[in-house]
Amino acid sequence: MNQPNEITMHLDHALSARGASIPPETSDPVFTLDNVSVYYSDYEAIRNVTLPIGRNEITAFIGPSGCGKSTLLRSFNRMNDLIPGAHLKGTVAYHGTDIYGPNVDPIEVRRKVGMVFQKPNVFPKSIYENVAYGPKVNGTKGNLDDLVEECLTRAALWNEVKDDLKKSAYALSGGQQQRLVIARCIAVKPEVILMDEPCASLDPLATAKIEDLMVELASEYTIIIVTHNMQQAARVSDRTAFFTAELDENEIRHGRLVEFGRTRELFSSPTDPRTEDYISGRFG
Amino acid sequence: MATNTVSETAEGLSLRQSRPRYGEKIIRFILALAAFVSIFTTFGIVISLLIPSIEFFMEVPITDFLFGTVWTPLFKNGEFGVIPLLSGTIVITLIAIAVAIPLGLGASIYLSEYASERVRKVLKPTLEVLAGIPTVVFGFFALEFLTQAILIKIFPEIEVFNALSAGLIMGVMIIPTIASLSEDAMAAVPSGLRDGAYALGSSKRQTAIKVVMPAALSGIVAAFVLGISRAIGETMIVTIAAGLQPQLSFNPLMGMQTMTSYIAAAGSGDLATGSIEYKSIFAVGMLLFLLTFLMNIFSIRLVRRFRQAYQ
Repeated sequence: MNQPNEITMHLDHALSARGASIPPETSDPVFTLDNVSVYYSDYEAIRNVTLPIGRNEITAFIGPSGCGKSTLLRSFNRMNDLIPGAHLKGTVAYHGTDIYGPNVDPIEVRRKVGMVFQKPNVFPKSIYENVAYGPKVNGTKGNLDDLVEECLTRAALWNEVKDDLKKSAYALSGGQQQRLVIARCIAVKPEVILMDEPCASLDPLATAKIEDLMVELASEYTIIIVTHNMQQAARVSDRTAFFTAELDENEIRHGRLVEFGRTRELFSSPTDPRTEDYISGRFG
Repeated sequence: MATNTVSETAEGLSLRQSRPRYGEKIIRFILALAAFVSIFTTFGIVISLLIPSIEFFMEVPITDFLFGTVWTPLFKNGEFGVIPLLSGTIVITLIAIAVAIPLGLGASIYLSEYASERVRKVLKPTLEVLAGIPTVVFGFFALEFLTQAILIKIFPEIEVFNALSAGLIMGVMIIPTIASLSEDAMAAVPSGLRDGAYALGSSKRQTAIKVVMPAALSGIVAAFVLGISRAIGETMIVTIAAGLQPQLSFNPLMGMQTMTSYIAAAGSGDLATGSIEYKSIFAVGMLLFLLTFLMNIFSIRLVRRFRQAYQ
């Protein structure tokens, strides 16, 4: 065991208060990745990842650019299917069912596994219609007012928009738009929420709001977040997976999972020197 | 040493006196001229239409022209009621729109949302070739093939010259305009919106219809309007396939004359310059100009409104 050194100390104060209650091993995984590799045509973007995702936990994926963490995130709801040539080896088991199995409808997967993107991608519709969109395409009939209010409240946006529900979502600020995207996502009642650098385009204040929201949502949802911001990973996540990009024997770069563990431990006493270098800011 | 450096710098900074650059001015003038040619032309057209039109309306009351239902300019004591020409234009344009909007929009959705990169690369240029076929060819195709080989078997009572064949073929002619411009508009929708829709469990159809199309609406509406403008202004197809009989009728199986085909037919005839028949060409031209002008204004408004709501 490494001693927490002075370089990693600055992350200590950020560590999530929830960390203490997280069991050392994931006992009740929602997702289990087994030897997952994701390819873009012939190029292997990320290789042989084996990883559990714990229920109602926040799992952070960190690592330098190009390490395949976003690619891996997009394999949890089969978003990579939309990229021509993308395919996957290994198993992504959701409650024991391989979501890449022959009888699995990717649309059903995406209803269970929602996603929030780097750039707030609100639809060119009213605030109300943005939240109501998911339930509508999923066949919910009738009055959605209550659901819209509930989701906007859960996303900590209701008080700011309740008088402007008919206004275009483009009128909102970036941080509000991102919370609207979160409200839109939970309106479909997913079990898992994937977040791909959700605060990358936001100012610190808006970022803080999203982070608070994430921690709150974790009581009901399982969250996986990709982030470049190590403080953010330390602040909000329960477990962290550190990825890096390495040259293989053929001099081709592949993303690899280096270390996975409780955020508290990974940040204070990383077992792999590459993790320590990265979180102490020596590379990446 | 130090003074030396300073003096060197000062020398390097010495500026030449400014001098006029005549070449720049000439280029600027030529480029501005190029930009203004279309504006001058438009003004020239308006003025050249206006004067004979005013002379025309001094002889024929404007109300007789706008509301009259008989168009017989070549008869002795001919009547100049433009309604039959207007109805011909409207009927044929409506048929063309009914063909071109669904097919053009469908093609654009297919191209932007469904087709693979390879299919799109072949299909889009092919579709655009259709826009390059001379309209006179479309006109003969409508008359010789569509009417004689197909329509006459379905509607035995159809006239040789009829609005239906002209409208259908005109619709085919403007499909590329609508498809290509709509496809451009939909392809410009950020892929983040599609990702967002798919991530909420939308099917391809739902993503295309409920997210991409509304986001591209201003471009799609602009494509429709341009297509409709082309239909209204189209001359050759209607002159050949719809005939030259001004008739106030909404039966597409009959021959009809449109405003454009009247202008083309009368203009190529041997009307005496200065005669009332001759002046009527300009009056009809003026009406046509005003109609398309109003439609363009309306469409610019419409596009702007959608853009405000969706941007």
